[in-house]
Amino acid sequence: MTLLAVDDLTVSYGRLTALRGVTLRIAEGEVLFVTGPNGAGKSTLLNAIAGVVPAGSGSITMDGAKVTGAPPENIARRGFSLVPEGRNVFGALSIEENLKVGVGMRADRHKIAGDLESVYAEFPMLADRRHTPAGMLSGGQQQMLVIGRALMTAPRIMAIDEPSLGLAPKIIDQVYEILVRLRAQRKLTLLIVEQSSTRAMMTGGRMILIRGGRIVLEGAATDLIKDERLKQAYFGFGDH
Amino acid sequence: MTAVLQIIFDALSLGSLYALGALGIALIFGVMRLVNFAHGDFIAFCVFAMLWPSIDATAVVFVGLLPFYLLIPLLLIIGAALSILSEIIVFRRFRNTNPATMMIASFALGFVIRHVLLMFYSSRPKSITLWPSLGLPVDFLGAHIPMLQVVTIVITLAALAVLVLFLKRTRYGLEMRAAAENFTMARMLGVRANGVILLAFAISGMLAAAIGLILATISGTADINMGANVMLIAFIATVIGGLGSVPGAVAGGFIIGAASVVFQATLPHDARVFRDAFVYGAVIVVLLVRPQGLFAPKSAKQRV
Repeated sequence: MTLLAVDDLTVSYGRLTALRGVTLRIAEGEVLFVTGPNGAGKSTLLNAIAGVVPAGSGSITMDGAKVTGAPPENIARRGFSLVPEGRNVFGALSIEENLKVGVGMRADRHKIAGDLESVYAEFPMLADRRHTPAGMLSGGQQQMLVIGRALMTAPRIMAIDEPSLGLAPKIIDQVYEILVRLRAQRKLTLLIVEQSSTRAMMTGGRMILIRGGRIVLEGAATDLIKDERLKQAYFGFGDH
Repeated sequence: MTAVLQIIFDALSLGSLYALGALGIALIFGVMRLVNFAHGDFIAFCVFAMLWPSIDATAVVFVGLLPFYLLIPLLLIIGAALSILSEIIVFRRFRNTNPATMMIASFALGFVIRHVLLMFYSSRPKSITLWPSLGLPVDFLGAHIPMLQVVTIVITLAALAVLVLFLKRTRYGLEMRAAAENFTMARMLGVRANGVILLAFAISGMLAAAIGLILATISGTADINMGANVMLIAFIATVIGGLGSVPGAVAGGFIIGAASVVFQATLPHDARVFRDAFVYGAVIVVLLVRPQGLFAPKSAKQRV
């Protein structure tokens, strides 16, 4: 069943057009990677779905309800949780407070305490330091924290913008291990943006490649590695 | 010993007044990057709300005649209502404009409030006596401390404690602190922008009412400009504390209050009239050394 549908979405910042007619579908339980070179419009796509950046034209639909133009808090309340690029922890708030910011909107209050324990079980180093200000954590720990924070909102779709940005390769492996496990355990729908397509191919799932605000390639990540057009999209030879 | 004690009490009571003002400014700045220069006029409005409209020099106390357990909540409600109304009528329309535009809007709102007061009450300061019994001194370790000063300190500390408990222990307090640090991220976690902002305005308005009550009681006068001085110093306190930092605002308020009192007590007699120049000089030195303020949060950058 289609959870999220984006139709012919165009987004502009002033005279600069970042997305030109993007159409995509995400089914429940699916992993979708959005990859592409720097400046392709990947983050814009996530931010537009989250309601942070206004859509110029086109529509965004969640569960059959049109959410184009809705404020970010309403989209979050429908179950779309975005972990933005650069992690954005609340540095002055403790780890536990960070985890609790997003629970205010939940209707299933009785499940919150249990979810908190399961996030701590997933990320033991967060549990050890639950009263530490989040600003004191390392980059990798902050990445774990924001994933945990998104989980605490009990999302239906979790979107992550460049989870590997600025992290050591070993930490990136850990992050992906956790994402894969979470997906298996919770039937979480994942929308992951990465600049590099190698991760997508290692992890599997469907992949979309964006360049210049357009989708240029789409298919199973493991098939696309053989496609010559992938290199063209990154390095820019051939036509645009 | 008694002189030192007297200075400590003076510093605490003046500092706590400034801290309350700085808090009212910092809370709103935190959630919407607005320096609300109408805050001083909110203070004056709350004081005049206790009086019948008249242009006589002696004030006709009206609401102010109520017993304190009715008067205080009523004034808090008036302050909160005025503040909420100004958000809905004025500031909401400027929410996505740049901070300078919002600041100018707040100046304009301040002018409107001041001139409405002028129309109903004239510019003449009026004398009012709210609680005469508070003027009596109490003996404390040999020092004569006016009862009012003790009450001011206790009320302020109680207000600060309630506010800290609210910010630290409640869901809405947590949402407000998160929004102050990163508003967009908080919204992406389901925190309602309008809710948090209205709440910040309501609390800020109640703080203005509290300051108005304290000022009117201390000075015994109602003056249309009575909030302006507190507002200015409270704003400086938030800058010194680090704009956007709530604990910084409180600390900044107490630091400036203490600095004023200490300069008043220690400067040579001839220099005392220039006390404020020394205080602001110290402020400039602090800002030269730490332009971001003493307790600047990491999030003090502009929101995108």
